[in-house]
Amino acid sequence: MTDFFNKTDLSRNDAEKIISETLNNCDDGELYLENSKSESIVLDDDKIKSSTYSSDLGYGLRAVTGEVVAYSHSNEISRNSLKQSADNLSSTLKSKKGVYNYQIPKTNEKFYKDINPIEEKSLQSKLELLKEVNNYTRAKSGIVQQVTASFSGEHKSIEIIRSGGEALTDVRPLIRFNVSVMLEKNGKKETGVYGIGGRQSYDEYLKDDNWKKVCDEAFRIASVNLDSKPAPAGEMKVVLGPGWPAILIHEAIGHGLEGDFNRKKTSAFHNLMGQRVASEGVTIVDDGTLHNRRGSLTIDDEGTPTEKTVLIENGILKNFMQDRLNARLMNTRSTGSGRRESYKHVVLPRMRNTMMLNGKYSQEEMIKSVDKGIFAVSFGGGQVDITSGKFVFNCTEAYEIINGKIGAPIKGATLIGDGPSILKEVSLIGNNMMLDPGIGTCGKAGQGVPVGVAQPSILIDKMTVGGTQL
Amino acid sequence: MIKDQDYLKKTATFCIDLAKKLGATDATATVGHSISETVNFRNRKLDESDRSDSLGVGLTTYIGKKKSSISSSNLKEDNIKTLIERCIETTKITPEDEFNSLPDKDLLATKINDLNLYDDDHIENEEKIEYLKEVEEAALEKKEIINTETGFSESKSNFILASSDGFLNGYKSSSYSASCIAVAKNADNKMERDYEFTSTCHLQDMLRPNQIGSLAAKKTIQKLNPQKIESEKISIIFDRRISKGMLSVLASAISASSIARGTSFLKDKINEEIFSTSINIFDKPDIIKGLGSQYFDDEGVKTKELKLVDQGVLKHYLVDTYYGKKLNLKSNGRSGGTSNLYFEKGSISYKNLLKLNQKTLYITETIGHGSNLVTGDYSVGATGFMVENGVFKYPVSEITIAGNFNDMFKNITLADDLEFKYSTNAPTMLIEGMVVAGK
Repeated sequence: MTDFFNKTDLSRNDAEKIISETLNNCDDGELYLENSKSESIVLDDDKIKSSTYSSDLGYGLRAVTGEVVAYSHSNEISRNSLKQSADNLSSTLKSKKGVYNYQIPKTNEKFYKDINPIEEKSLQSKLELLKEVNNYTRAKSGIVQQVTASFSGEHKSIEIIRSGGEALTDVRPLIRFNVSVMLEKNGKKETGVYGIGGRQSYDEYLKDDNWKKVCDEAFRIASVNLDSKPAPAGEMKVVLGPGWPAILIHEAIGHGLEGDFNRKKTSAFHNLMGQRVASEGVTIVDDGTLHNRRGSLTIDDEGTPTEKTVLIENGILKNFMQDRLNARLMNTRSTGSGRRESYKHVVLPRMRNTMMLNGKYSQEEMIKSVDKGIFAVSFGGGQVDITSGKFVFNCTEAYEIINGKIGAPIKGATLIGDGPSILKEVSLIGNNMMLDPGIGTCGKAGQGVPVGVAQPSILIDKMTVGGTQL
Repeated sequence: MIKDQDYLKKTATFCIDLAKKLGATDATATVGHSISETVNFRNRKLDESDRSDSLGVGLTTYIGKKKSSISSSNLKEDNIKTLIERCIETTKITPEDEFNSLPDKDLLATKINDLNLYDDDHIENEEKIEYLKEVEEAALEKKEIINTETGFSESKSNFILASSDGFLNGYKSSSYSASCIAVAKNADNKMERDYEFTSTCHLQDMLRPNQIGSLAAKKTIQKLNPQKIESEKISIIFDRRISKGMLSVLASAISASSIARGTSFLKDKINEEIFSTSINIFDKPDIIKGLGSQYFDDEGVKTKELKLVDQGVLKHYLVDTYYGKKLNLKSNGRSGGTSNLYFEKGSISYKNLLKLNQKTLYITETIGHGSNLVTGDYSVGATGFMVENGVFKYPVSEITIAGNFNDMFKNITLADDLEFKYSTNAPTMLIEGMVVAGK
C-alpha cells in the first residue's frame, strides 16, 4: 500500500482538513490519490523494440454540487498544490447547498490479489519468453513475415479520502500478453492478432505452454484470412460466435445503458425503462465481481463496492449503470460503476464485464437454420453513436453461411446495426457462453478503462454487412 | 503558471548527467509541463470545470546499441534517481539492436524562426462561461434542439528536449478550443446528434460563439428523419471532416516503420503513381500559428516542408532515425509523424463537385475502425445525405461504405475549398466506385 503522505509537506491531517473544508455544503466529492507503475516490453521485427517503465503519481480533487462537477488534478502532492486545487474548485462552485452523504456501502470481499505483476516475473525471463514466442511463431511456417509480441503490466494503488476523513484503498494488478502475426502468400498479406490477460501474475496466464496457444490462434486467424474472399454487402442473417464477439453487446446496448446519457436524455434508451428492448430469453448483466477478470474491481473509483447489475432480464430493460452523481440525480443507487482512467480524469459511469447469459440452442442448430448469411467469429474494435443508437464493429474472422453450412472465409467487413432494435432481432441464443480472453479496453470521453465481455453464440435475423460484393 | 525553460532545462540536464554518470553511453530526456482549464456547460447550466496540471519526464538511456526508457510524473529527486538506476539496469540486459542511435548531429535543428505558436492571453473561467452561454443561446434558438453540451478549453504547454549530444531546446505553445454538441428530436422521439467546434493557437482567432452554436444546430437538424438506402455501387463525397482521414491513412502507410516492417499496402510504392496525376500533397511544418506546426521533431531533427505526393507520385516516406537506418534513408524529421499535412486544393468548386454525378452519397460522419493498412481494405459505418443533381435530398444512416485504398486514392477528385481547421486538412473529396451496403 502506498503512503501518499510520505516525503511531502502535506500531512494526512492537513489533507483531511482541506477536503472537508472544500466539500462543505457539497453533495459529493473526494480526494483521489493514485500511484501507478507500468511496464511495456515489445518484440517486433525479430528484436526487442522497446522496453519502457513508467511511474506515475498524482491526485484529483473533486467537488460535486447538484449537477455540477468541479475537478482539479496535479502530479505534485504538496500542501500548496492541494490548496491551489481547492481554491480552483471553490471559485467554480459559487452556490453550494448540498448535503454530503457519509454513508456509502462497504465491502470486505476482494476480487484479485494484492500483487505487483511487474516485479513477480523478472525482466530477464520476460525477454527470454518473447524471444521464444518469436522463434516458435516464425517456425510455424515459411509464410510468416512479421511477428510482434508484447507484455504489458500495471500495478495501480489508489486511496480515496472522503469528507470527514474516511479512507478507502485498493491495489489493482493488470497484465496483458499479445501476439500479432503477418503472413504473406502469393503477394497477399494478412494479419492475425490474439491476446490474453487479467488481474493475476503473468505466469498464471503463460504457464503450461499457454502462450503457444496465443501464437497458434494469431497464426490461425491470419491463415484463414489469406484464403478469404470479398465480403457480401447488404442485410442478412448473422451468427455470432461465443466470447469476444460480445463487444456487440458492449457497443449496441452497454453504452446506451450508462447512467449519464440517460440522465441527460441523450441515449436512445432513456425512455425505455421497464419496456421490451430485446427478444424473450435475452438476459444481460454487467458484473464487476468476477475474480481476476480484466473488467473487475473490488471498489469503483468513488469507493463503492462493485456488483452484478442486471441490465436486461428476459428482454425487459431493468437497470442502468450508475456512478453516485447520476444515481443521486435519478433517485436511485450507485451500481459501483463509477470509473476513471487515472487521477487525471473525472468519474463517469462505465461498464465492467458485460455479459449475455446462456440460452438453450447449440451453435450447430443456428448455422443449420441459415440459408444465406455470415458466421462472425472474431472482431476488432467497435463504436456507437449513443444518440441515434447506430453501432458498428469490425469482423477479423468471418465465414459465409450457405444452405445451413459454413462456407469460405470472407474479408474483414464492418457490421452496422441499430442498438435499441438489434436485440429484438436475436432469434436463437446459444448454450455455450464464453468469457473473452481478457483484452478489452473501452474508450469514452477520451478515457480508456479495461473491460470484459461474454456471450454464447447468437443468431441475429437481420444486420447490414458492409462488404464490397453486391 | 507554466514552468519556464530554465526549470525544464535544469531537470532535463540533471537526468542526462545522472544517466551518463551511471553508465549510459548516450541519453535523451524530455521534460514537459502543461496546464489546462476547461469549463463545460449543458442546457444553459454549468456542468463541469476541470483544471489539469501535468509535469512529466521521459528518459531513454543507451549503452552502446542497447536501449531502454522510463517515464514519470513524480519528479522528486530520489524517485527520479531510482528510476534512472532502474533504466540503466534494464538497458544492460536488453539485447543490442544495430539501428539504435541518436540522430545524426548534422540533422539537428539549430536556429529557430518564430512561428508564433504561443499566446500569453489568459481567459478566466467567468469569460469562458459567457462565451459558452452565447454558443448555447444560438443553438437553442432552433426549437428542434433539445440538448446542448458545450465546452471551452484553454491550454498552455512548455517542454524541453535534451540529449547527451548537446541538443537542448524546446518551446511554449498554447491552444484554445470551444465546441458545441447538439441533440435534436423529431416528432417520433427519434434523436440525432452533431457538433461544431473551433480550435486555434491564439485566442483572438477563435470563431464567434454564435457561429459555433448555429452551425451545430443546423447540422444536427439536417440529420433528422434519416433513411436507410439500398446496397449499390455509388459515387461518394466526403465532407472535409472525413476527407482529411485519407491523409491520416496515407501518413500511417508511408511511415518508415510500416514500410520497414513490411506491414503497409504502400510498401515499395516510392516514386510510383498512387494517386491520380491531379493530386499534390504537402507536409509543411512552418505555418505561422499552424495547429501542426513544429520547429523540430520528437528527436530534435529539423523539419522542412516536404511535397509527399507530386502529381500523384509518392516522393517521400516519413522517416525517423531508427527506421531510417534500417531503410538506409536519412531522417527527414518525421519521428512523431506529420506536421501540417494537406492536399493542395482542387480546381472544381464545391457546388460543381456536388453536380458532377446525377446521384451522390455525401458522407458527414463515419464510425468504426475499418481501415486495414496491411491490405488497404476499408469498411466503415457512415451517415450522410443523398444528393441528386447537386441538391441535398434526404439524410441517410445505418449504412456502411467500403472499398480499397489502392483504388480509392486513384479515383479522387478534390474541390477548391481547402481550409486549415485541423492539423491535417483536405478539401471536400469525391471518390468514384465505392460500395454502399444498406438494405
